[in-house]
Amino acid sequence: MTQSTVNRQVRPGDSAIPLPAKHLQPVVIQPTRGWSALGLRELWKYRELLYFMIWRDIKVRYKQTALGAAWAIIQPFFTMVVFSLFFGRLAGIPSDGVPYPIFSYAALVPWTFFANGLALSSNSLVGSANLLSKVYFPRLIVPTATILSGIVDFVLAFIVLIGMMLVYGIVPTANVIWLPLFLLLALVTSMGAGLWLSALNVQFRDVKYIVPFLTQLWLFLTPIAYPSSMLPEPWRTLYGINPMAGVVEGFRWALLGTEMTVGPLIAVSAIAAVLLTVSGAFYFRRMEKTFADVV
Amino acid sequence: MSEYAIQTERLSKLYQIGTSQGRYKTLRESVTGMLAAPVRRLRGNNGKGTPDLLWALKDVSFEVKRGEVIGIIGRNGAGKSTLLKILSRITEPTEGRALVYGRVGSLLEVGTGFHPELTGRENVYLSGAILGMHRREIDERFDQIVEFSEIARFLDMPVKRYSSGMYVRLAFAVAAYMEPDILLVDEVLAVGDIAFQQKCLRHMQSLTQSGMTIMMVSHSMAAIQSSCQRAILLQHGHIAADGNTLDVIEQFRKSLKTVEEYPAAALRPDGQTGEAKVTITGFDMFGADGENKREFKFDEPIRIRIDLEAHERVEQPMINFGIKRGDGVVICNFSNWYDNFRIDYIEGRCVLEGWLPPLRLVPEFYEIHVLVWPWGGGHLAGDLARAFPIAAVTYGDFHINGPGLNTHDGVFQVPAVKWHFQRGETTADFSTATTASIYAAFEAEAASILD
Repeated sequence: MTQSTVNRQVRPGDSAIPLPAKHLQPVVIQPTRGWSALGLRELWKYRELLYFMIWRDIKVRYKQTALGAAWAIIQPFFTMVVFSLFFGRLAGIPSDGVPYPIFSYAALVPWTFFANGLALSSNSLVGSANLLSKVYFPRLIVPTATILSGIVDFVLAFIVLIGMMLVYGIVPTANVIWLPLFLLLALVTSMGAGLWLSALNVQFRDVKYIVPFLTQLWLFLTPIAYPSSMLPEPWRTLYGINPMAGVVEGFRWALLGTEMTVGPLIAVSAIAAVLLTVSGAFYFRRMEKTFADVV
Repeated sequence: MSEYAIQTERLSKLYQIGTSQGRYKTLRESVTGMLAAPVRRLRGNNGKGTPDLLWALKDVSFEVKRGEVIGIIGRNGAGKSTLLKILSRITEPTEGRALVYGRVGSLLEVGTGFHPELTGRENVYLSGAILGMHRREIDERFDQIVEFSEIARFLDMPVKRYSSGMYVRLAFAVAAYMEPDILLVDEVLAVGDIAFQQKCLRHMQSLTQSGMTIMMVSHSMAAIQSSCQRAILLQHGHIAADGNTLDVIEQFRKSLKTVEEYPAAALRPDGQTGEAKVTITGFDMFGADGENKREFKFDEPIRIRIDLEAHERVEQPMINFGIKRGDGVVICNFSNWYDNFRIDYIEGRCVLEGWLPPLRLVPEFYEIHVLVWPWGGGHLAGDLARAFPIAAVTYGDFHINGPGLNTHDGVFQVPAVKWHFQRGETTADFSTATTASIYAAFEAEAASILD
């Protein structure tokens, strides 16, 4: 017989069991009505789970694929090749004074991060239906982990970007120190869209059909194949309502030193991204309580 | 300082059933619904109070003291799982509230959060984190978890290559070392091989001795009886009884005499029952004493009688009695067709009686499914047009009681045909195992036949 390692011999119901301080505050389970707080404190408490979920998504992402993590590079790289041929060479679209291939690739790197994040996160809740109906944890973790795990792909594609800059002999200006902020902007935008779409997907499976279509449309509404400088002011600044416009132009400005005044456009993008994410988070929290019953 | 672990006040949960509303819907439905809403409101129908709503739980109030082990029993659909889901915060109550003191661990399924592509080692961490353990805690208990699971050799293999037994062992081992203040368990002990089950039960017992509060849902009365001092009986979402385990189980048994019937409307793939050609008008079970009852002694011969009303002539019917254990395991089927008892046709009022063999089902709750098929050969020969029963009813539980056997001893007990023993020159043969000898084995001083 194996003896249990637990050896606190206390009789059931014995009130002499010392209560840790945290027990003084009971968890109250009751119906919540309308909008609820974001529960950021609880999210922080579960940060280890977030870490494990990201780690799982990264580990599993390219399991049983022949090319593995190469996919992270193939996708943006070949899109760049096609864009360079058709838009750069044949259509002769201007590229703010930098070679067209690197002009488009510098935009495709954050775009791919965003587009993949959107595709994976919109399906994340439905994909973990089994988890949602069997165990409690802050549901925000699910789409968040999916999006954050995409950073690995981003880094791989970014290394190729550095290689291309070396080949083209482009030396980044001091503006490059702002690059992490633009990555953050891309992250916030993905989160916003991901939160909205993943929560909507639980209720309306139409999202599954909307996402590929939306991504395609969004790609052309973002200055990836063409520069935003083609637009006159004030339209160019207004263009920032699409947060990805700010991200893309920010990347070019920070890395390639494209000479343009992107400040207003990026400011508009930042505001749009924050609005999208905050509204997404509140909508998510509002719908959260029905997830387990509906999914 | 609270002496309670859980307090609930009028906890209620309303579910929408039947229509597409409860499940996910398409955008179009939602939009048309929104457009139609004002019209509905004008007609004075706000959508509430339609028969599609079901109170899975209604006004459930109880308190659980710290360190208590409490069992939740009731028929399928009585609200047991809904209660656990609310207490573990998976779903919200519609009304009422619950106070939960301390960390809650819920074990509603074995292997929650396991990912098939990851190795056993990786899954221990992932599943542990999902169940609410901190990384440090998993690190500390990792060796114990692996030892408990007995699969150390396969730890670095993806779990998709595990046998189902290995999978369950590892999954349960992770859950066993959660060590929350309150553990909510839903019928998960009925997994794995017998030795491992016993090990899990012992582990659970040691946890309760360490002061953990446990609330368990089980269909196994034996498990509830051996683990819980107190039980709550749920019926149709209400608390029907709350108190000493034996009393509550007794009350549950009494409630079974009022039999519930479920016509099997969903048996056809199109969801239609069509014209009922045959109606099952009566169902009775009789014991050895000829008494009409639902509670039988272990090994008691059982006779089943069904009354049929065939509204039109049905040629060569196949009539099935299927026996299912309370937890859903199908045990066996009796059918006139399998036994080569051909009934040429049924028409008007008919009666069919079946004497079951001495099954020696272990003491538990069971249910009986009666199905009538048109021309059994059609079904058996894969003739899909006739592969659906024309009448089917599930009859609520019947109960077997008797010696200290339970589902951990298997589904039923069969005596060996013959025993032979040898010790040096001494030999003994035995071939008269009877029910009496099984009962005797559970008596304190069973005489040794070797004397």
